[in-house]
Amino acid sequence: MALIEAERLEKSYPGTDFTAVAGIGFRVERGEAFGFLGPNGAGKSSTMRMLACVSQPSGGSLRILGDDPVVHGRALRARLGVVPQDDALDLQLTVRENLIVYGLYFGLSLKHMRAKSAELLEFAQLADKAGERVEHLSGGMRRRLTIARSLVNDPEILLLDEPTTGLDPQARHILWDRLFRLKSAGVTLILTTHYMDEAEQLCDRLVIMDKGRIADEGTPRDLIDRHVTREVVELRFPPGEQEQAAEKLGGDVEVLPDRLLCYADDGDAALARVTEVGLRPLTALVRRATLEDVFLRLTGRSLTD
Amino acid sequence: MTRSLAYWLFRYRRTWQGTVVVSIANPLLFLLAIGAGLGSLVRGDVEGVSYLQFFAPGVLAAAAFQNAFIDAGFGVATARGRERVYQTAVATPLSSGEVMGGHLLFVALRVFVGALAFVVVMALFGLFSSFGTALAVVLAATLTGIAPATVVAAWAVTVTDFPRLNTVFRFVVMPMYLFSGTFFSVEQLPAALQTIMYALPLWHGADLCRSLALGTATPGMTLLHVAYLGAMAVAGVLIGRVTFRKVLYV
Repeated sequence: MALIEAERLEKSYPGTDFTAVAGIGFRVERGEAFGFLGPNGAGKSSTMRMLACVSQPSGGSLRILGDDPVVHGRALRARLGVVPQDDALDLQLTVRENLIVYGLYFGLSLKHMRAKSAELLEFAQLADKAGERVEHLSGGMRRRLTIARSLVNDPEILLLDEPTTGLDPQARHILWDRLFRLKSAGVTLILTTHYMDEAEQLCDRLVIMDKGRIADEGTPRDLIDRHVTREVVELRFPPGEQEQAAEKLGGDVEVLPDRLLCYADDGDAALARVTEVGLRPLTALVRRATLEDVFLRLTGRSLTD
Repeated sequence: MTRSLAYWLFRYRRTWQGTVVVSIANPLLFLLAIGAGLGSLVRGDVEGVSYLQFFAPGVLAAAAFQNAFIDAGFGVATARGRERVYQTAVATPLSSGEVMGGHLLFVALRVFVGALAFVVVMALFGLFSSFGTALAVVLAATLTGIAPATVVAAWAVTVTDFPRLNTVFRFVVMPMYLFSGTFFSVEQLPAALQTIMYALPLWHGADLCRSLALGTATPGMTLLHVAYLGAMAVAGVLIGRVTFRKVLYV
């Protein structure tokens, strides 16, 4: 049985015409790391709120751990862990107190939470900060504390909304490492991101979302193989010369505001051809295709627009 | 409900000393400055008692009412808005009703502590004839605060822009604070205004506190006041159950 099954799932908000989620279907299996990749406004957060059982679907069906979240929301929330985008930690309480009060919300005893919080702070590499107020913590530490908090009830599913947005590269890598450990421990991870590198790093499988719909689904490798070539040549030209260059080059070329993307299975050969046809780009870079390219192909827009 | 109350108690641990000092200093200054100071200028008696005796229970009720508005209004709007306390709590097995209930219990506790401190100060001024009277006045003042608190909380959870709270504070709470028979008898107001004040909650709270403190309470009026304030508190809870659910499960 899949842990999560969604069919034609919809979410719209009363009093507005806005449809945040416009009929999506997906399944998440136990132990997977499953991602929603898409730009801001794609409907990722609305989907996550429905999965967290705090937002009622407007249409379609959703089953979480085999149950209907509208009927069994309370019991289901006891088995989920939630890492919201904005942390929502209590800045006036200490690091440890944040974990303790959250544990009490789950009906866990104070005694249990004293021991549990020590264990979780160890995991989040925050043991030496236990007595500090959260307002003195850096962004990366706060996010790790939010993850520690989401684990007080040993959840079967962990929902992470934009887990590394706003963090510096080092903090991101520490966080990814912690998430890998959770995954190895058998926790099912569901995350949203608009970073393609994060999706590639963390997700076994993902869906690409755009404007409330799922554009495609698969492993990062599948998606790249299906929609783009193995390599991409990025070319920059002086302003105004891009269109001409694209015409001259021909073939599989995408024109972006600031550069050309030239899709090819052999990047070096493609770059050689650029010189052959007499083009002199300001810069040229051969790289492997990424999910960013997939997204561009599927939607005609880049992820960070 | 106790689970979400526990959260507020954890926070209270940080601040309670400060709030207790304020809860004692405030009535002390009020009773000294207005009751004893300004009151000495009031010639003769007010309704048969000294101005201090008249004024103290009135301002006790007014303070409970005002503090309840601040705690329930600004407290709830902040917990839903900037601090996202509620959103964090409803992601757990807690329901929106329990989240509201825990916060309201905490507001009630704060109102009770404030009323208790105020009554202790009044006792120092020798304003009570017996311990029982003082206790009854503490409970009356607490009810005077809880009644508006539930209604204000039910509304405040829907408020996303803070200036609206200020507006209501200035144009609804302050006039009630001043004119509900707190500083002077409502009977000195024009007849039309009197009728309005009798319909508003703070007059009931002030009259309840004063009549109990002065020993002039009648069973009929006491019952009326308690029923009015109790009904208001219950109505606020019922409305709040709806508004909290609506706001927190979007």
